[in-house]
Amino acid sequence: MHSSELEVLKDREPALGTHPLRVLLWLMMISSTMIFAAYTSAYIVRREEGNWLEFALPGGLLYTSIIILISSASIQWAYFAAKKDELRQVQTGIVITFVLGLAFLVGQWNVWGELVRNKIHFGGVDANPSGSFLYVLMGVHAFHLVTGLIFLLRVLRKSFNYQVHSRQMLSIGNVTIYWHFLGGLWLYLYLFLLLNH
Amino acid sequence: MAANLPTQAQVQGGIGVTEPHTTHDEHALHDDHHHDQHWLFKYVFSTDHKVIAKQFLITGIFWAILGGTLSSLFRLQLGWPESTMEWLTPVLGKWVEAGKLNPEFYLALVTMHGTIMVFFVLTAGLSGTFSNFLIPLQVGARDMASGFMNMLSYWFFFISGLIMFISIFLETGPAAAGWTIYPPLSALPQAIPGSGLGMTLWLVSMALFIVSQLLGGVNYITTVINLRTRGMSMSKLPLTIWAFFLTAVLGLLSFPVLFSAALLLIFDRSFGTSFFLSDIYIAGQALPNVGGSPILFQHLFWFLGHPEVYIVIMPAMGMVSEILATNARKPIFGYRAMIGSLLGISLLSFVVWAHHMFITGMNPFLGSVFMFLTLIIAVPSAVKTFNWLATLWRGNIRFTTAMLFSIGFVSLFISGGLTGIILGNAALDIQMHNTYFVVAHFHLVMGSSAFFGLFAGVYHWFPKMFGRMMDEKLGYIHFWLTFIGVYLVFLPMHYVGIAGFPRRYYAWTGFDMFSQFADLNKFISIAAILAFFAQFVFVFNFFYSIFRGRRATENPWRSTTLEWTTPIVPGHGNWPGEIPAVYRWPYDYSKPGAEEDFIPQNVPYSKTTSSNLPYENENE
Repeated sequence: MHSSELEVLKDREPALGTHPLRVLLWLMMISSTMIFAAYTSAYIVRREEGNWLEFALPGGLLYTSIIILISSASIQWAYFAAKKDELRQVQTGIVITFVLGLAFLVGQWNVWGELVRNKIHFGGVDANPSGSFLYVLMGVHAFHLVTGLIFLLRVLRKSFNYQVHSRQMLSIGNVTIYWHFLGGLWLYLYLFLLLNH
Repeated sequence: MAANLPTQAQVQGGIGVTEPHTTHDEHALHDDHHHDQHWLFKYVFSTDHKVIAKQFLITGIFWAILGGTLSSLFRLQLGWPESTMEWLTPVLGKWVEAGKLNPEFYLALVTMHGTIMVFFVLTAGLSGTFSNFLIPLQVGARDMASGFMNMLSYWFFFISGLIMFISIFLETGPAAAGWTIYPPLSALPQAIPGSGLGMTLWLVSMALFIVSQLLGGVNYITTVINLRTRGMSMSKLPLTIWAFFLTAVLGLLSFPVLFSAALLLIFDRSFGTSFFLSDIYIAGQALPNVGGSPILFQHLFWFLGHPEVYIVIMPAMGMVSEILATNARKPIFGYRAMIGSLLGISLLSFVVWAHHMFITGMNPFLGSVFMFLTLIIAVPSAVKTFNWLATLWRGNIRFTTAMLFSIGFVSLFISGGLTGIILGNAALDIQMHNTYFVVAHFHLVMGSSAFFGLFAGVYHWFPKMFGRMMDEKLGYIHFWLTFIGVYLVFLPMHYVGIAGFPRRYYAWTGFDMFSQFADLNKFISIAAILAFFAQFVFVFNFFYSIFRGRRATENPWRSTTLEWTTPIVPGHGNWPGEIPAVYRWPYDYSKPGAEEDFIPQNVPYSKTTSSNLPYENENE
């Protein structure tokens, strides 16, 4: 990750088989999960109180969900390729995942446009929390996805430096786990919204 | 990722410890490297956990002085509501109007006092200092899992503090809606001046603070589960580490929720959403916001807020356990029960938050569920208390300053904890909730107790931090003034509270029924201000001892844990040679048959045959 980190990590004697950075990643995913747990439970509590604007979920969400599902497959493909030392395939897989990630973000942006056209606003006089919550859930998730895209670029750069291969699986492994997490998180949010909108 | 460079791969090969020579050479290189470091990276942007710990400590001391000053100011108002404050004009400027403290500014003082003490001093100052300092030293690691993230953690805290500090000097004053920033008061800039820019900066500052806490917390957890030295199983960890570990877990799970709540509040304030706002008339005008729920904010806030009080108290509990055992020259009583009770408290801390909200009109059935869960916390708390007392029982007690503060901690924790049982009852809380009884309760049980833990920790680990001892006589003066002071402040406050004197108000001079408490309030104020001034004895002792204190020996308290096996002032990497391996639990004090009254964790059983118990042998 960072050169200063390398320096302090080099003479570690890990007590656990898992690399410290992998553990850090898991912990960060847990704290992200707590953010969404808070939002979705707040969503339910708020909905139960009534005065809740019902509206149909934008159809675009289905397409973006499919896109992010496919991107999970492509990063997994890149991971397997790294295990087999197929460097070209690793890079192709990462690039495909990156492009699909961008497409997902564009798709989400279009969904926001669709919402605005349907007069479901984030804030303002005619905004209802039901709409505002949808924007917040999508927005906070999109923010996480941007961090995922940056992570992908870093691993891509590493792969060009020949630092991603069957004996250096840490970074590609981490980005794969994180990307599945982002996809899983979105699917959870999508199903949650389908059931509770 | 670790093995980015080819040279590093070779170095990693040498980690196997089988070749001490390699490790040593590598370290010689390591040290040289650090001598060459620019001072800016050695002392300011350092990635060494010990330097970062000191940064947190000194920043924490700064904030504690500021927080204490603010409380002295509002205690002046509460003690002498009728008198003129003209003499404060040079300090407070326009906040003194015609000899009176501005009531809005009074609220701001209380808000800032709470925010600073809870978050900047007792969260960042306490965990930040001691988790950083002790985790790598006591588990036997060269540094934190990620030194870079650890450095970021401090600097996020620093920037967060800077923003909060700037907010105090705003034209409209800092945030003034209480440290719990309940909307709608905090959400509407037109409600009070303190809900304007001051509140915006509060939210920005806290968002950065949460980032700092998470960066620090993930590091603490990873270091504990991943970087323990050979033989240091979880059941051989000092209780300090268990406490810091679980504190970090609580932070990891609860701070993100505060972040969520703060983000929604920011949207409500600046983007026209209505998460927490509904049907509000302000200055005769109806607001467009419909459909929000201010109670929702309280749920989100207290889901953090309650674990937060354990984030504050658990590190203190851990350090007190360690210091009591060391200075009673006895093993901690009920080591496993201590761990179990920490786990129990951590678990329960997530299911009791609504006991802060009994008066929100919640369903009485729900209230009784939360009441039941809250009262269960008395069980692990009592386990800990009895274990501390049993550790002291017939111990060969050495009354060091740290020991006095640890015993003081136990005393305050009992006194404050007992009133928790009263307030945990919904029926009683509804009566007491808005009185000084609550203020007295939490200042004893988490405020003062955590401060005592902090002081105990500083006095105890000062020799390892700075290679010198703090002055013992000044320490005694500091302890007795503080201990007596705290009780003189908060005991009468219970009485005032039971009598119904309401909290959060600027003055109650308009009501005759409360005039009988004027004397008592004056008494509390005098005690509070004196106790605050007593802290400067500590501040002097601290800074004086850094430069002029008696030189420390390697293990001045004759303690068993690993940090005392390092050089007097450990360099980057902590141990000049190999990291010591661990063979025994950390509480082998006064073991029958042993040559000395303590056996450090790194002494193998083969060297202590005279004191080994039947099952204690190397094969374990």
